[in-house]
Amino acid sequence: MTIAEKTDVADQLALLADERILIMDGAMGTMIQKEGLVEADYRGDRFADWHKDLRGNNDLLVLTKPEVITGVHEAFLAAGADIIETDTFNATRVSMADYDMQEYAREMNVEGARLARRAADAWTRKNPEKPRFVAGSIGPMNQSLSVSPDVDNPGYRSVTFDEVMASYKEQVEGLIEGGVDIILIETIFDTLNAKAAIFATEEVFEEQGARLPVFMSCTITDMSGRNLSGQTIEAFWHSVAHVKPFAVGLNCAFGAELLRPHAVTISAIADTRVCVYPNAGLPNEMGEYDETPEVTAGLLKGWADEGILNIVGGCCGTTPDHIRAIAEAVADNKPRQIPHTEPVMRLSGIDPVNIAVVTPVELSS
Amino acid sequence: MNTPIAQFINVGERTNVAGSARFKKLIFENDYETAVEVARHQVEGGAQIIDINMDDAMLDAEDAMVKFLNRIAAEPDIARVPVMIDSSKWSVIEAGLKCVQGKAVVNSISMKEGKDPFIFQARRIMRYGAAVVVMAFDEDGQADSIDRKFNICKRSYDILVNEVGFPPEDIIFDPNIFAVATGIEEHNNYGVDFIEATRLIKTHLPHAKVSGGVSNVSFSFRGNNPVREAMHSVFLYHAIRAGMDMGIVNAGQLTVYSDIPPDLKERVEDVILNRRDDATERLLDIADEYRGQGGKKKVEDLSWREAPVEKRMEYALVKGIADYIQEDAEAARQQFERPIQVIEGPLMDGMNVVGDLFGAGEMFLPQVVKSARVMKQAVNYLQPFIEAEKEEGSRAKGKIIMATVKGDVHDIGKNIVGVVLQCNNYEVIDMGVMVPWADILKAANDHNADIIGLSGLITPSLDEMVTVAAEMERANFTVPLLIGGATTSRVHTAVKIAPQYPGPVVHVLDASRAVGVASNLMSEELREDYVTRVKVEYNDIREKRLAKPKVDRLVGLDAARQNASKASFETYTPVKPQFTGTRVFDDYPLEELVGCIDWTPFFRTWELAGTYPSILNDKVVGESARSLFEDAQAMLKQIVDEKWLTAKGVVGFWPAQRDGDDVRLFGDENRDSQWSTVHFLRQQVQKRAGRANDCLADFIAPKGGPDDWLGGFVVTAGHGIDEHVERYKAAHDDYNEILLKALADRLAEAFAERMHQRVRTELWGFAKDENLSNEQLIKERYQGIRPAPGYPACPDHSEKVELFRLLDATEQVGVSLTNSYAMLPTAAVSGYYFAHPEAHYFGVGKINRDQLEDYAARRNVSIETAERWLRPNLAD
Repeated sequence: MTIAEKTDVADQLALLADERILIMDGAMGTMIQKEGLVEADYRGDRFADWHKDLRGNNDLLVLTKPEVITGVHEAFLAAGADIIETDTFNATRVSMADYDMQEYAREMNVEGARLARRAADAWTRKNPEKPRFVAGSIGPMNQSLSVSPDVDNPGYRSVTFDEVMASYKEQVEGLIEGGVDIILIETIFDTLNAKAAIFATEEVFEEQGARLPVFMSCTITDMSGRNLSGQTIEAFWHSVAHVKPFAVGLNCAFGAELLRPHAVTISAIADTRVCVYPNAGLPNEMGEYDETPEVTAGLLKGWADEGILNIVGGCCGTTPDHIRAIAEAVADNKPRQIPHTEPVMRLSGIDPVNIAVVTPVELSS
Repeated sequence: MNTPIAQFINVGERTNVAGSARFKKLIFENDYETAVEVARHQVEGGAQIIDINMDDAMLDAEDAMVKFLNRIAAEPDIARVPVMIDSSKWSVIEAGLKCVQGKAVVNSISMKEGKDPFIFQARRIMRYGAAVVVMAFDEDGQADSIDRKFNICKRSYDILVNEVGFPPEDIIFDPNIFAVATGIEEHNNYGVDFIEATRLIKTHLPHAKVSGGVSNVSFSFRGNNPVREAMHSVFLYHAIRAGMDMGIVNAGQLTVYSDIPPDLKERVEDVILNRRDDATERLLDIADEYRGQGGKKKVEDLSWREAPVEKRMEYALVKGIADYIQEDAEAARQQFERPIQVIEGPLMDGMNVVGDLFGAGEMFLPQVVKSARVMKQAVNYLQPFIEAEKEEGSRAKGKIIMATVKGDVHDIGKNIVGVVLQCNNYEVIDMGVMVPWADILKAANDHNADIIGLSGLITPSLDEMVTVAAEMERANFTVPLLIGGATTSRVHTAVKIAPQYPGPVVHVLDASRAVGVASNLMSEELREDYVTRVKVEYNDIREKRLAKPKVDRLVGLDAARQNASKASFETYTPVKPQFTGTRVFDDYPLEELVGCIDWTPFFRTWELAGTYPSILNDKVVGESARSLFEDAQAMLKQIVDEKWLTAKGVVGFWPAQRDGDDVRLFGDENRDSQWSTVHFLRQQVQKRAGRANDCLADFIAPKGGPDDWLGGFVVTAGHGIDEHVERYKAAHDDYNEILLKALADRLAEAFAERMHQRVRTELWGFAKDENLSNEQLIKERYQGIRPAPGYPACPDHSEKVELFRLLDATEQVGVSLTNSYAMLPTAAVSGYYFAHPEAHYFGVGKINRDQLEDYAARRNVSIETAERWLRPNLAD
């Protein structure tokens, strides 16, 4: 499949997003965890003799246990998700090097997209009034372009922009071939990696002569309100606005409660839609998320009432029950109004800088 | 919640290898730890964006840019501000963009190379997510007037916004801040031009911004920081009122506008706003009162300033430090009864020390030229006082008329000799270039000159010198005649020039000998002996030369032709060029040429012996060479960045056939309509068995052989040089004037080298797979040659006329020929391209009368004319 074969996804999505708050799905990772899969499940027949341990390579399951992934999609679609994410978070050549599975990265994206596509299409056919969309999940990678892995050598980088870009490009091509509607660059803890992903996405768009909607979702990793590469959400917005995303926002790391100030910030400044999908609170001492669907949905309902949400869903620890609760809670809320912003030059380092135009004291004639 | 919106933005400029000597040193020493501190100080000092520039010919700028950006990414207190990735090279910009997570600014792109690359670069910048500085620069060059500045910005804006879809708020125009108060009238309005262009841009191009490199404006007050800072503040005050949004400024070095003393402020405003004709003079009048009040370099050792004024002047002269010379001249003037005594006393004493050190080989030419600059400035300062006394000027050791002879335009060597002589208290009357003999003689009479010095570089100048000598005899001159220049020689002077003139005629090998020769000639005691000695020596040379049984036995032209080189066309099939006819390269990127420069001849120009790069570490001249090289690099950077020079070139290829010693050129591949002939000469010297009598025509296939082609080219890097030469002249700055000319020559040679490479691999394409290092290129380890008319393989300069006609070179690249076939601008190279693998350089050497007659017939000119063209090659 190519983008050209998708006729009006962006328009359709935009119309829907004008009407109501759209619902994204919940956690893939924690859902897979619950299946209690063992090494042999990950290997399947195809990789029975693979020379490295494969347990934990969740993206591989689209090839070896597709029924498990389809099951997760089904569950979230049944819960009312408008948009489901492909199981391709780590399916890049760079990340797959951990398993020596670089050569399968592209195939994982194609197959991951196809699984989600089939599931979504089946639900759309059941109820054409509520069309379902597939977002191709593009994660942050296991290597950082902005941070040195060597504390004694802060200028060192383990990977280059060109490698990261090429790796993402292969992923984007695979996702589009498999039929995704949306490019979702998510859990961004290194903005430069995300910019490489944008660059890759734009290259594919140019080559195919058409575009898909792009979502950009940042992950704030510490209490000072910065991502891992040090940017505030506003600086982040300045860094990625050039892709003209369909939506920008936040996911992961925190639950709704701790994420709120940053959601408020991005909501105030972004002249596009805001999407937020928090974790089910913070993990407990056992590493489990125990925030109940009612609590999560209650918090997000409050945001919807404030008018800061266009798209909402869940990240780590959120189950189909969470998604159902969220969908029900915000069903009657109006989506956030996209603010009009002045055309100001918006630059950033790790902090934002806004530069207004200096108006001449006397104009020329 | 929102970040406040900033007004005028200071862009930090110290993290720039061209702008900060300290930063450059740190980067060159790979000391990135400390270099990071430079960036930190910028941010702490209030820079809201930091400009990072690693452009230096000696630096791998991509690598340095990447290293530095990655390094500062780890410093939150630096990384908090956006970076401005500053390079004239797109590859460096792109490498930088791949390192920044924030939204950066690219500095800069322009339409210098046309619309297509501009659009390409703008699209890429959008894809990387950065804002952009657009220079007011287009295919015709850098904009200087208000209209050009605005029109180029408007055109760029329309392309960016309407065709590329670039967000207008992310466009920053740099409408070029140029230096004012340079002494050149055309520069006086540059401040106003920028300010008013800014107002137009801000009025008519919505959301776009204006920026500029502010320190350029005060360039002519280098060394006087308080005045410079005042100029920056005043300039900014008015430019911001016109809408300037940001500027590259040293945030720590800005005077507050209202703190500028009223008198200084008024005069600075006169200059910046071009409010009165004498604004520059009025500012100069008071500039020194403010000098030294600002923060001086802390590391500078100023202990020599404690010494008595005579010693200070000597130190300044020996070290070439001009910063305090006016101050010291004034102090000395107060001490002495009469101002002339300052020149005759401490200044001359100081120059004598310089002369002694130079004579002893402890100082070298570049330093001496710097000393001369200090001397000139001191004398210049004292001159009005001397004139006020209505006293006669200092009695110089002698008056010397210097001229480059008619038909020749080369003057670097002459200028160097002039400077050295002036350093030694000779009064030099420099008549410039292309001076007819009549003017030389008249000037010698008018000035009552003691010596006449002639200079020339091309071989026809040798004849012209003979003419001058003969005319001096006719006019009953008796003063000594000095001969110098690259093609002159003691033998030629003795054999050809000296017999024409009974007065003393002396060949001066190089600048270091000039003073010795002049002082011998001016000394009452030594003169007679010296003149006699030279006469005896030259007679000896002449006699030996004439009596000498020809060491180089010449063979007849027919025999020589029998022994032509048999360049094989069996094993080699000529490659068809990618095109025939000509192709013009207008405004060739200088950046591309910098890496092709062969530096060894540059040092030779300055009489520093050695091969680059080992010369930089030479025990004897290393220090001098390094200092010169550093200055050259800094100027080269300015030449490239500020586009002082424009490189233009034309190459052509034509279907060709050898016909004897000629090559016939055809209008098309049918080869039936001949439209030009190029004439070559053949070696006639008797060769050892197995060695051919070479002629360039032998490397072209004859009629009946395979199709073959001849190429030709003219390149120049000299357009635009005059303005800067004038500026240096006005500032009595011989050092930089000579440096600039020498660099322009190097760039022209580099251009020829680069073009030859492109011809081999691409434009003609007979060596597509060639892959050679710059060093290998300089050693000419490639297929094919590019001999130049007037040089040993084809010594007839007059063949340039036809070459230029074939290439339409005067029209296409603006290079013209003098009546002696010297090229103007002087920084130009022309020649032919031969592709044959056996083609090689050689010298035609001496030829016999039979070839002269044959050549005259082939060229269809009289024997006399041919004789004049070929004189240096005619056997005695």
